[in-house]
Amino acid sequence: MKKIYQAIIILTVLALIPLSGISQCKSFAKKVCKLELAPYTHDGNYNAAILTEGEDAELYKTFYAGQNYRIYICGSESLPGIEFQVLDVKRNVLYDNRKNNYSKIWDFKLESSQQLIISLRVKHSDGESDELVSGCVAIMFGIKESDS
Amino acid sequence: MNIKLFRSTFYFIAIFSVIAILTNCSSDKEKSTDTDEVVTIDSLEIDEKLVQDVKTVKEIFYSLPSPLETAMILKQAGAEYNEEFLNPTENVTRYVTNKSMALNLGIYTTDLSYASLFDQTQATINYMDAAKNMAEGLGILNVIDEETVNRLEANINNRDIIMDIISETIMNSSSFFEENDRQAMSAIVLVGGWIEGLYIATNLVAPDDDLQNNELVKRIVDQKLTLSTVYSLLEENTDNDDVKNIIIQVDQIKQIYDKIEITSSEIEPVTDEETNVTTLKSTTQVKMSPSTFNQLKNQVKVIRNNFTL
Repeated sequence: MKKIYQAIIILTVLALIPLSGISQCKSFAKKVCKLELAPYTHDGNYNAAILTEGEDAELYKTFYAGQNYRIYICGSESLPGIEFQVLDVKRNVLYDNRKNNYSKIWDFKLESSQQLIISLRVKHSDGESDELVSGCVAIMFGIKESDS
Repeated sequence: MNIKLFRSTFYFIAIFSVIAILTNCSSDKEKSTDTDEVVTIDSLEIDEKLVQDVKTVKEIFYSLPSPLETAMILKQAGAEYNEEFLNPTENVTRYVTNKSMALNLGIYTTDLSYASLFDQTQATINYMDAAKNMAEGLGILNVIDEETVNRLEANINNRDIIMDIISETIMNSSSFFEENDRQAMSAIVLVGGWIEGLYIATNLVAPDDDLQNNELVKRIVDQKLTLSTVYSLLEENTDNDDVKNIIIQVDQIKQIYDKIEITSSEIEPVTDEETNVTTLKSTTQVKMSPSTFNQLKNQVKVIRNNFTL
């Protein structure tokens, strides 16, 4: 009977992990990621998900001429690192953070408005552990009025 | 007594575990269904290779301009402040359904952002109150609480803090919907805000303005690019009847945008080594007749009236 009781507790904890993960992700995006956007103003949109190493995500958004933008890819400390690219609609690469020392930030502006794709992938851990690591990844946008 | 307590605990945990597991499973299932729907939207001129790439992606986000970004785009394009084009705050009592409250949460948040960027202190307070009313109606507790309103009033002359409060308000509501599996409501809020931005922008263009060289008109034309994202976002939630109804209305705008031709050159990224800011260099040619612009303006007005009246 004791073993059944223990099994149920473990099952309950496992079942609750994804729910608490979503909540933690929101808190992480608000309390940690948003701060890194300064001096840009966060646009307010919430784009975050729990990703496991090796998994990827894409975001589609139109960016407008006349605005200055900051993209900040914010991942939990537990994650091994995040690769990200910015692509045009024909999937030509406009920015690749692998060529920029895995920078989490990219500042840019546009001469004409464009729909762009932010494509990211959580790297695999270097260690030999069989367990895959999961964590929150948030794609944050900051905006700043153009000086010109 | 101890055995009774043990049994009660046992049954409680067992039932809770089953419910929690089923909830997580169904949530995952919905996610995968959404992804399948996303892939089938080839009517938006997404080529087959792109569709194949999308199929393998774990999470896909469609991001519309937030109410704050919309207001910043308007201001940057040279718009002036005109309260006549905002949804009067007295209208809040009209909105009693989830759909109307969600649409007008987006609309009032856009009006709030627009008023605050133009330092309209009283209007900013009034529109924050109207947005709070809509949020409460939708059951979004604590998104805009008394503390938020007090903080706004205490810093009413500090635009940076006001913008930060608005940004946090938008994030709180969208993350609330995400957490509570109400993505359809989140999409409706964003579309409400998007239509309000279009309504204000089209009304701020004077009848005798030169359409070819007007920055505001350029940003209105740019919404043709955003339209595909609007569709993708709504198509993810077609199991919701309110969303289906909104898609029909957005279709009417699309038919007009289809008459506008936009051609863009290749994008060349150039990075300033000193500031580390990259400029995406490209040129765009637009073909739009004055009659098409007027049709767009009229259709946006019809939809905005449907949302607010």
